[in-house]
Order: sequence, then structure tokens, then C-alpha cells
Amino acid sequence: MAQATPNTQKSKSRIGKLVSNVTFWRGVVAILVFLALWEIGAQWKGWFGYMMPFVGKVAPPTDVIAIWMEVGQQPGYWLSWWLSSVRVFVGFLAAMIIGIPFGLAMAVNKYFRGIFFPPFEILRPIPPLAWVPASIIFWPTTEMSIMFITFLGAFYTIVINVLGGARSIDVQYLRAAQSMGASQWDLFYKIILPGTLPSIFVGAAVGMGITWEVVLAGEMMSGGGQQGGGGLGFFIWGSYMGGVMDQVIVGMISIGVAGYISSSLIRYLGHVCMPWRRMF
Amino acid sequence: MNTASAQANSTSSADAATKGAISIRNVTKIYDPDGVNVLAVEDCSIEIAPGEVCMIVGPSGCGKTTLLNAIAGFHSITSGQIDLDGEMLCGPGKPLADQGADRVVVFQNGALFPWKTLADNVAYGPIVQGTMTKAEAYGKAVDMLAEAGLSGVAGKYPGEVSSGMARRAEIVRALINDPKVLLLDEPYRAMDALTKSIMHESLLEVYDRTKVTIFFITHDLEEAIFLGDRVIVMTTRPARTKKIVDVKIERPRDYRLLSSEEFRVLVEETKGAVHEEAVKAFEAGERELA
Ligand SMILES: Nc1ncnc2c1ncn2[C@@H]1O[C@H](COP(=O)(O)OP(=O)(O)OP(=O)(O)O)[C@@H](O)[C@H]1O
Ligand SMILES: [Mg+2]
Repeated sequence: MAQATPNTQKSKSRIGKLVSNVTFWRGVVAILVFLALWEIGAQWKGWFGYMMPFVGKVAPPTDVIAIWMEVGQQPGYWLSWWLSSVRVFVGFLAAMIIGIPFGLAMAVNKYFRGIFFPPFEILRPIPPLAWVPASIIFWPTTEMSIMFITFLGAFYTIVINVLGGARSIDVQYLRAAQSMGASQWDLFYKIILPGTLPSIFVGAAVGMGITWEVVLAGEMMSGGGQQGGGGLGFFIWGSYMGGVMDQVIVGMISIGVAGYISSSLIRYLGHVCMPWRRMF
Repeated sequence: MNTASAQANSTSSADAATKGAISIRNVTKIYDPDGVNVLAVEDCSIEIAPGEVCMIVGPSGCGKTTLLNAIAGFHSITSGQIDLDGEMLCGPGKPLADQGADRVVVFQNGALFPWKTLADNVAYGPIVQGTMTKAEAYGKAVDMLAEAGLSGVAGKYPGEVSSGMARRAEIVRALINDPKVLLLDEPYRAMDALTKSIMHESLLEVYDRTKVTIFFITHDLEEAIFLGDRVIVMTTRPARTKKIVDVKIERPRDYRLLSSEEFRVLVEETKGAVHEEAVKAFEAGERELA
């Protein structure tokens, strides 16, 4: 029989764990190797006289980092970060706040599902970007229309995951709870909700990725006028129009980093909210 | 009720088994999926005395779970009547029994909530019924888990413990509600022989302490004889009682019983009846396919 006492050895420092973790170092090495190959490929022409296809046209990492240092001193770059993040955050949060109850309601009530599922399924295949023209007409400001399409990007994924997750909860959990005297509210709050949490987090992680894709495209299309301008999408587009390719790459990597930070946050939240899944 | 009285409480029901009489009279259940009638149980009658361990065996698909679900209130019955301690659970005019903590089910695949620790799982019933505060329920849960030899894992999640521990915790979760009847649907299926024997001892220990009425479905005839006061052999679908084997073996029982002559004779007797029905079920299946 296991004699382990619960929750005592978990407090080992996170940094300490990271440093002694083989997987972590494997990841670090993989990134370094990737950067080295990129550097060599990009420098090939200068060193050996002829251009490598594809990668030869790209600025080497050392140049990109130099440009990044420069760009990092301009407030405009950080403003772009801020603007895109706010749009993603607002759209994503709205999608969670509306999508989770909506999905749960469809899962538990067949009338609600009967009424709302068909229109939902018809709207779902329309890509968020197809909504751009319509949403510019609907919403008073460009800012709002960008947020709206980011909302759409995450909304469908979250609803589908919540609905699927709640519907696939094992009926035995519901029966067990009912036979122990649980009320309808107990069933919803203590069985359906925790039982759906894993799916909610899967939906959130996928939805967050889509949100970044959509916000970037929205910003490029909006053209960075006075209203709703800026953002990392416009930063890339503007750099491209200005012919500053190194900056384009800085913009691209910035998005990668932003997406990584967002999905790490969601993973962390999932970890906190679902302690029973930590053993995996 | 304070936590110190956990022991006292669990013995309170032991002195005299006066509750938990189940009377199943002429129960018929017809499933009607898509207009195709499936007669699962037909005119089935079983009387279970208070504090009896009643074992149900029968061919696969004969309607055992259907009967259990009717008692638990998961499914309606088509005709007949089921009473608990003289009060009608379901019957004419009320096809579906109310679900209640007086009849707690332990499922075949286990249904501990994976998102709660074992102690929180056990504390769930009294909390949702409002019979104890959270702290009281938790204290009682920890005490009862300790009694069942699970004190070391009370704070663990079901996914972190072995299936045997999880199943014992599930029975504790049922017992904390002080039910009149425990309904067990093949709780130890797919367990290895050793774990199973530990489960049996632990269940007998609980039974000797609480004298709760037990309705226990199984495919394992030795398990049926070892645990039961009576073994009810069901016919192939539609389920009726084919044979009732009285197990007049003294309690408390232990594993020496398994090698006794008395035990072997009872197993053989039951096996004969079950085998006959299993062959019928098999042949009926062949006919359906032909
Ligand atoms: N919800 C349902 N709808 C239609 N038919 C059902 C339903 N549940 C069970 N049945 C049918 O009723 C019959 C009896 O099923 P039941 O689950 O009670 O059998 P069982 O004796 O518990 O079998 P096993 O030993 O395999 O668990 C089976 O033929 C089954 O196919
Ligand atoms: Mg069954």
C-alpha cells in the first residue's frame, strides 16, 4: 500500500526542477541548433559566394537580434504589443464568458440545443476573416470590429469543446451523484462543470491560438489608419511596405513569443484549476 | 453528529437489521428503443429480508442491471411493483422510483468523481443532502476511510490510487449515507483474484458491522456463495428467478470456507443452474443471428 503523504514533496523550487530537467535542456539545445543552421544558411553568400535557396534571402539571426535591440527602444513597437494583446484579451475573454455558458446550456437542455445548435452550425464554417467587411459595417469603430472577429475566432472552438465535453460526461457520475441526493444545481455545479473543465481548457488553448491568427490578419487588413491602427499585425505589414525585411522577422518572432506566453498562461491556469490531472 | 461518534454511528444500524426489506413483485420491464420492444424482465418476484445479502447471478444480458436500475430509480418499470420497507418505490401509477440516498449504487466501472480526492468523494453525500456541514462531513469521511484501511490515501485523487482502493473508497462513499440498501453491480469485475479476495474480506467486514441489506450482481459463482445469504439464479432474458440457493453458512466467514465441502457442493449446485441458462442464452443468440 502506498505510504506517500499527500502534498508534502511538491514544494521543490520550480527553477531547481527546470534546471535538472532533461526535457527542458533538450528544448534549449533544439532552439540553439535551429538558430545556428539559420545563421549559417543566411550567411552562406557572404562566406562562400553563392546564395542558399530560401534561407539565403532571410536576414541572419544576428542581424535580427541587432534590429530587435533597436526596435525595442522605440515605444511604437511596445505599443503594437499592447494593442494586439488587448484585442486578443478582450476578444478571447468575451468568447469564454459567452461561449462557456452557451455551450453548457446547449449540453444540458435539449430545447435550447434544438433552437441554437442549427444556426450555430451554419455560422461556424464561415471563417472569421470573412466577417471582416460585415463587421466593419456593423461596429462603429474599427477597433471594435477587430475585437469582434477575434471573439469569433475563439468562440466557435470554445463552444464546440464545452458542448462535446459536457455531453460526454459519464452518465454514471450523474447517477452516482443523484443517488446520493444531489439536487439539479449540485449536478450542474459539482459534476457537469468540473467534468467539463478539461474540455474547456482544450477549447481555450486552441481558441487562443486562433485568436492570435485572427487579430494579426485583422490588423493587416484594417490598414493601420487612425482608428484601430497599430498592433503587431500592422507592424509587420508596415515593415514590409517600408521594405524593412529584418523588422518583418522581428514582428513574426514577436507573435510567436506572444502566442507562447498566452498558451503557457492557459496551461498554468489549467494546472491550478484541475489539480486532479497533475499526475499526468 | 460529531466525528468521534463515527464508530457509534456505524454500529447503530448493526444491532438489529430492521430496515432495508426489498419486495420485488411481478416486475416486468420492456425497453422500447425505436419501436423495437425488448422484453428485459418478465414477471419477476424477489423478496429480500432486512439485512440480507442477496446475490444475483445469471447469463449476460438477461436483465440483472435492469432490475437494479429500477430499484435505484434510473429506469422506469413497465408493470409490477417494488417496495422498500413497505413503502412503494415504483409501481402502478408511478413507474419511476425517486432516486435517494437510502439506496446507494456502486457501479461496475467505478464512479468516484475523478476531480475530488477520496475524502471529498466520501464527504459528497452528506454535504449535498445538507445533513452535515462541510467540516463535519470531511472529518467523518476521513474517519471512515481510516476504518477501511485507507487513511494513507484519503487526500489522493482516484486516478492516483489502485482500483482496489478506489472500489473500497466507493463503498465507503455509499455507506456514509447510512443507506438502507447497497446496490452493487458487478463491483469487482475485472479484478485479479488476490485483489478480489481482499475486497471480499473488506466487504464482509463492513457487512458484519453494519448489517446493511446488499443487492449484489455478479458473474462469479464462488463470490456469490462466499458473500451471500441467498443466491438468486436468473433465467435468460426475459429475466425471471430460475433457482434460489440458500447459503446457510455461519458468519463471520473467512477464506478457509473456500476449501470446505459444504462450499463446493453449493457452488456445483449453482453452476448447474447457471450453465443451463447460459446455454439457452447462447442458443437464443444463434437463432437471432440465423
Ligand atoms: N436502455 C436500453 N434500451 C434498450 N434495451 C436495453 C437497454 N438497457 C438494456 N437493454 C437490453 O435489455 C437486456 C437486459 O440488459 P441488462 O443490462 O439488464 O443485462 P445484464 O443482465 O445486466 O447483463 P450483463 O451481465 O451483461 O451486465 C439486454 O438485452 C439489453 O440489450
Ligand atoms: Mg449488467
